[in-house]
Amino acid sequence: MKGKTWLFGTSESVGKTKGKTQRLPRSQKTKEVQKTHQLSYELKIKEAMSKKVLTLKPNRTMMDVRKVLKDHRFTGIPIVESGRLVGIVSIEDLINCLRAGSMETRVKDIMTTKVVTLFSDEPLIHAINKFGSYGFGRFPVLDRDSKKLIGIITKQDIIRCLLSTLQSLYHARESKKGNRYQAARLFADLPSDWTTMILKYHVKGGDFGKAGEKSDQLKGNLLKLGYSDEQIRRLIISALEAEMNLVIFTSGGDMIAQIEPGKITVKVIDNGPGIPDIELAMQPGYSTAPDFVRELGFGAGMGLPNIKNCTDEMKLESRLGKGTNLEFSVYA
Amino acid sequence: MKLKELVKSLNLKVLVGMDLLDRDVTGGYASDMLSDVLANSDKGYVWVTMQIHPNVPAVASTKDLSGIIIVNGRKPEAQTLTKAEEKKVPILLSQRSTYQVVGRLYELGIR
Repeated sequence: MKGKTWLFGTSESVGKTKGKTQRLPRSQKTKEVQKTHQLSYELKIKEAMSKKVLTLKPNRTMMDVRKVLKDHRFTGIPIVESGRLVGIVSIEDLINCLRAGSMETRVKDIMTTKVVTLFSDEPLIHAINKFGSYGFGRFPVLDRDSKKLIGIITKQDIIRCLLSTLQSLYHARESKKGNRYQAARLFADLPSDWTTMILKYHVKGGDFGKAGEKSDQLKGNLLKLGYSDEQIRRLIISALEAEMNLVIFTSGGDMIAQIEPGKITVKVIDNGPGIPDIELAMQPGYSTAPDFVRELGFGAGMGLPNIKNCTDEMKLESRLGKGTNLEFSVYA
Repeated sequence: MKLKELVKSLNLKVLVGMDLLDRDVTGGYASDMLSDVLANSDKGYVWVTMQIHPNVPAVASTKDLSGIIIVNGRKPEAQTLTKAEEKKVPILLSQRSTYQVVGRLYELGIR
């Protein structure tokens, strides 16, 4: 065996297919397959290889080889002298020695010295190609500068590395997407003359600590439904203003968000006290808020004008002593 | 300019958002009226205010502001800090007044 290129011929390797890797028909090449291909160029061998390598020194006997291969169910072991790879011994060599009854033979007298190796900084595709063209079960991995043995790579290692990289890419994408249902798609899947979804929120009057919470919930829900921040920003500003109005001026009220294809409408309904002069209330800077409210930063007299500026449609009706109905829509 | 540069130059105390200081500051707005900020601030602005209640981070998050500088050494309410953590809104504290903080921001090139 000495001097020959060494081969691991075991069930673990697919040595017989030499160079003929099975390819999927073009039509079946999914995005993931293309991604795997791309990754095999991007990933380095050091990212996939096993770093724990069991080795033997050249002056050991084949008895030692047998013990290591049996204990660890390996099919071969690199032979190393002071960090340098000097050869490799396979299970085939062991079988030959067993048959010849020469188990006392020193490893150095039987090992294959021309070992096909890879460098740790090579792309993974080099390993894949070498597996294809040599049909070996594994390749020792050397550091390019020191030429020392720093790892070993098998097909299993490659598969594991690709799968875990794909998995983390998938997770990154999923968590970025969040839990989106895509309202638009849902509406398209439910054919009718008019489809809508209603989210109702009750806002307590006078609870300044919680002012803004319902608008925040609405925002979270719209994001979950697949709307983007940009699409709903104007609507949420308006909802926040309307919610603050309920907190400041009323004993409480309802905010009802109606989501339909292309449009989101919010109806804000309370039972009083009503707006004495709507025209005045719509003037920027006009406010009837009490001083303590203004000290909190509310009541700038900009709420209703802000809503008007931020929305595509706005309706305001109010009856003194009875209540106020505000309705605004944003096209989204 | 990044938030962390403001923190350094203005000697601000970071109460929330140690990990968010890489954000770019695209402009600034100074006001204590929430509606005013909702109407006139823009994405990436830093907001200078003396308001310390929990609606402040809510407004900042709605407008995607880069952070809030609270002036005159006022201590935000505990609920404000929790909400800011939740909404990833940096809360920075200055002992100076709004006028002095804004002047320095302007000098740094935030206009």
